[in-house]
Amino acid sequence: MTLKYILKRVGVFVVTLFVISTLAFIAFSIIPGDPVTRMLGMNASEERIVEMRSELGLDKPIHTRFFKWLQSFVTGDFGKSYSYSIPVRELLSDKVLTTASLSLMAFVFVLAISMPLGLLLSRYSIISSKGAKSSFQRAIISAATALNQIIMSIPPFFTGIIITYVFGLILRFFTPGAFVPYSGNPAAFYAYLIFPALSIALPRSAMVIKLIRGSVLNEAGSDYVRTAYSRGGGQWYVLLVHIMRNALIPVINFLAMTLSDIVAGSIIIEQVFAIPGMGRLLLLSISNRDYPVVQTIVVIIASVVVILNLLADVICQYIDPRIRIT
Amino acid sequence: MIIKKNHYLFFGFIITALVLSIAIIGFFWTPNNPNAIDSSNRFASPSTKYPLGTDNFGRCILSRVVEGIGATVLVAVFTLIIGFGVGLIIGTLTGYYGGWVDELLMRSGDVVMAFPSILLALVFISITGTGRYNVIIALGVLFIPSFARVVRGEFVRIRELDFVHSAKIMGAGPLRIMLVHILPNAIPVLLRFLAIGFNNAVLAEASMSYLGLGVQPPDSSLGRLLSDSQPFLFTAPWYALSAGVAIVLLILGFSLISEGIVLPRSE
Amino acid sequence: MFAFFIGRVYHVLTRVPPYGGCEVQYEGESSKMKHARRTIVVLLCVTMLLLMVAGCNRNEPQESQTQTESPDTTEPVRDDIVIGIAQDIDVSLDPHLMTSAASRAVLFNVFEGLVKPTPEGFLAPAVASSFEISESGDTFTFTLRDNILFHNGEPVTAQDVVYSISRVSGFYNDGTALIPAFSIVESVTAEDENTIVIKTTVPNIEFLSFLTAAIIPENYDAQETAPVGTGPYMYVSRSPQENLIFEKFDDYWGDVPSITHVTYRILDNTEALMMALRSGTVDFCSHLMSSQMAELQGLGYNFEIGTMNLVQAVYLNNAVAPFDNVEVRRALAHAINRSEIMDVLADGLGVPVGSSMYPAFSKYFTAELADYYDYDPQKAKSLLSEAGYPDGFTMEIVVPSNHGPHIDTATVVVEQLREIGVTATIRLVEWSTWIDDTYRGRNFEATVVGVDASAMTARAMLERFSSTNGSNFINFSNAEYDEVFAAAISATNDEDQVLLYKELELILTQQAANLYIQDLCDIIAINEDISGFEFYPLFVEDLARLYYK
Repeated sequence: MTLKYILKRVGVFVVTLFVISTLAFIAFSIIPGDPVTRMLGMNASEERIVEMRSELGLDKPIHTRFFKWLQSFVTGDFGKSYSYSIPVRELLSDKVLTTASLSLMAFVFVLAISMPLGLLLSRYSIISSKGAKSSFQRAIISAATALNQIIMSIPPFFTGIIITYVFGLILRFFTPGAFVPYSGNPAAFYAYLIFPALSIALPRSAMVIKLIRGSVLNEAGSDYVRTAYSRGGGQWYVLLVHIMRNALIPVINFLAMTLSDIVAGSIIIEQVFAIPGMGRLLLLSISNRDYPVVQTIVVIIASVVVILNLLADVICQYIDPRIRIT
Repeated sequence: MIIKKNHYLFFGFIITALVLSIAIIGFFWTPNNPNAIDSSNRFASPSTKYPLGTDNFGRCILSRVVEGIGATVLVAVFTLIIGFGVGLIIGTLTGYYGGWVDELLMRSGDVVMAFPSILLALVFISITGTGRYNVIIALGVLFIPSFARVVRGEFVRIRELDFVHSAKIMGAGPLRIMLVHILPNAIPVLLRFLAIGFNNAVLAEASMSYLGLGVQPPDSSLGRLLSDSQPFLFTAPWYALSAGVAIVLLILGFSLISEGIVLPRSE
Repeated sequence: MFAFFIGRVYHVLTRVPPYGGCEVQYEGESSKMKHARRTIVVLLCVTMLLLMVAGCNRNEPQESQTQTESPDTTEPVRDDIVIGIAQDIDVSLDPHLMTSAASRAVLFNVFEGLVKPTPEGFLAPAVASSFEISESGDTFTFTLRDNILFHNGEPVTAQDVVYSISRVSGFYNDGTALIPAFSIVESVTAEDENTIVIKTTVPNIEFLSFLTAAIIPENYDAQETAPVGTGPYMYVSRSPQENLIFEKFDDYWGDVPSITHVTYRILDNTEALMMALRSGTVDFCSHLMSSQMAELQGLGYNFEIGTMNLVQAVYLNNAVAPFDNVEVRRALAHAINRSEIMDVLADGLGVPVGSSMYPAFSKYFTAELADYYDYDPQKAKSLLSEAGYPDGFTMEIVVPSNHGPHIDTATVVVEQLREIGVTATIRLVEWSTWIDDTYRGRNFEATVVGVDASAMTARAMLERFSSTNGSNFINFSNAEYDEVFAAAISATNDEDQVLLYKELELILTQQAANLYIQDLCDIIAINEDISGFEFYPLFVEDLARLYYK
């Protein structure tokens, strides 16, 4: 981890963000639809449209607009939302907090569920595969993997709806649709996010459990594992110290992907649970053609994804020095 | 990869065969015309004429589910073929050779992955138009980076293992090392990701159709059925349930098979 | 109007509900009071109460038993209401820049013009206490109401009125009227501190209905984010995609509303909305589907059934083949089975229309036009062959993807057209794309949408079909229509004008300009403890009239 390396990654980071925001800008000029006609609706006069377009600077060519946007963006001025007429920074501050809290909570749930269960399942899977265990244990493992498979196969918004129905409407653990903003009551805010976070976490935990188990079993036959056993290492010791070191690499890659997926893909759960977060704002702003908002959200999401990938690379290298970071 | 007495494989095959044969039959024959509207029989409960009842248009739900499974399988399979095919090539080359090409491709993969997929899908759709085949192309391209990343990860891991070094010393060419030495060892992990990828392709089709970008009405797909049935979840649960169960079975069968194939080497 | 509602509710009561849970209603229906109420659950409660009183002698307080959560008699009456809306108020809160129908519906409670619409479809004085229109139809004189205040406590002056009208008319920018209808304003002056005179360049007696445009204070520049008006409710706060909060304005010139706090909760997902309704966190929600109404039975809501005040049709691009051929359009008109569409969409609720006018415009609406083309696929087929399309043709119907009822309608239409050999496909597009590409770009063959009126005049519905109008997205071009339209808008006598407008409607029908379908039904769920709801002939919801029983 030299200075050169750090500089390089920062450079890549900046270039990636630049490319992404450029692409987003270009994307907007490709897709049909226009913020002004969208805002003025069906009863707009031609003159008014022309007037408003020049008010917003949309009559300028795309590269002029892009560099103007870029210039103010790097100086920390994110612009003003077309549709809400309020500064993007103000509009986004709440939404970012909401989505970040939701995503982190979901991620913590994924870890809390998948790590212990994944390891437990792996450990007993190894034993049973050595043919030394009872049929009862085999049955438990089969049942657990089957259940895992089923949970993995349920689409997230379906999970969301089921959770809302069961915990919201029947058991009344929470009131669907009664979202409380952080500024209103932080405790109620986090309480409301528990079930949405759980809906995100469940299928993903199942995927991680499956991945851990598969990865562990894949490693379990390697020579170094046999050696470790033959040297008298206990089941848990070999699993945690020797196997996990290698088995974790795909898992960590997947976890990094999962977290960025959760952030980027929070839209559906935000919809199902009526949470006013960043994903829903992105969806709305895209359909309103609200460039300043979309650009900012795109950059935020992109930063998160790139940073997480970087983090995954670094951790993998730390675990397995054979993977060289160049 | 030893396939022994294997419950996963057994059940996986049974479920997948069941779902796929339904889909194949659906290409040629459905109990009723899946698009025919029977306004006097809306929300009918299951009967002999309509085995799974009818939807809000009075259309036969069973026929629509059967048609929908076919459409979704088609979309998912072709998405995987594009995504996995291209991802495998990119991942293999970059993972084996490394260097600046690797760096460039992985970073451009980052770009695609970091780019909001909805915006990307919208761009694709506005270039290619909506409809089943365009969804396949859009999703396929979206899937390339994640596959490439996984393939590359495996190659990077395996290429440093002793037996690869030995092969190199023994004079094996790069192509041989890639295809004969590294790829077979990567297969278990890749298959596992293929299962997850299939899963994701089905869900992605659902989200695209949900946003109106995928299969267009009145045509059916599991994604459309799920979103169409949402408003009637409480009044006509079997509607959402039959589409939901079809999706779950589809994914379940597929992942059971992969689970079955990928047996631990320790057995 | 009223008769229509009674008829409709009776219809609902006798109809087999889509799914169980409504059986009790049949008791209500069989009793003697089936025609007494517009609402359904009131009937149900009364019936149950009667049954309880007659049938059992328990000493419990006799209150509604339909819902476990209904407040006890000891509980204090609530002074707040939560309204679920499916669409965010997604534009500036500045009333003169506001364009979406959903925003107008909400901010109707905050802003008032010189006049304001009434549920009966008239214009009542609001910021003005009285008005006069000159014989020539081009001079409007208003007397400012005494002691009327803005929400910020400032008195409304004649100068504020002049400012507001000048602003909408575009006098403060490059002359482009913010609301197109105001382009005819020649001058607006304050004669004295209570009298305002508006002159128009051409006589136009209907212009009065556009003077519902909001009166706002002159020296206030935060309308976009913190609007100030004169309405019964004042704006408190807003959180995009989350909520919008109003509070009653105690110094309102008229009757101060009974409910103090109003929260609009934005629930732009059907499931979230239904979950919120089922869990009772929302007291009021409009634009529900009939199946949703069935689902919410017995959960503490009353239902009001009206119409959405729009004309839903398959709008045809009259400039592209084959729709440039009137015979083809007529053939298609015979192929559309309205009652099937209405059955599928809302169990038969809604009102069929045959031209670009909806029933709330009772003065202008001609109900018979809906029967002008009977449903007759055979006739449609033979008309098509005569027009040169014996084997039909293919066409594409563009539908905005955020409007479920329109998608459903298009789905049924596709099947109905298949009967006569016409192969139609559906293309869903985003609303922005629809506005830009389909509506403004006129780049389409056929599209299913609802067209509404921005003001309470027939002109707002019919003007767009004059051949040179900028909003004539269907490219309708008919010399006779243009002539009659010109005569209609310059008429200074109301009766003549009505006849001329009806003639325009007839031309649209005869030319089969579009495949007219219906004015969609509007189902509103209201907490059963709240009364006072009334439908308007416009797309607005008046909260000031609501109160807890």
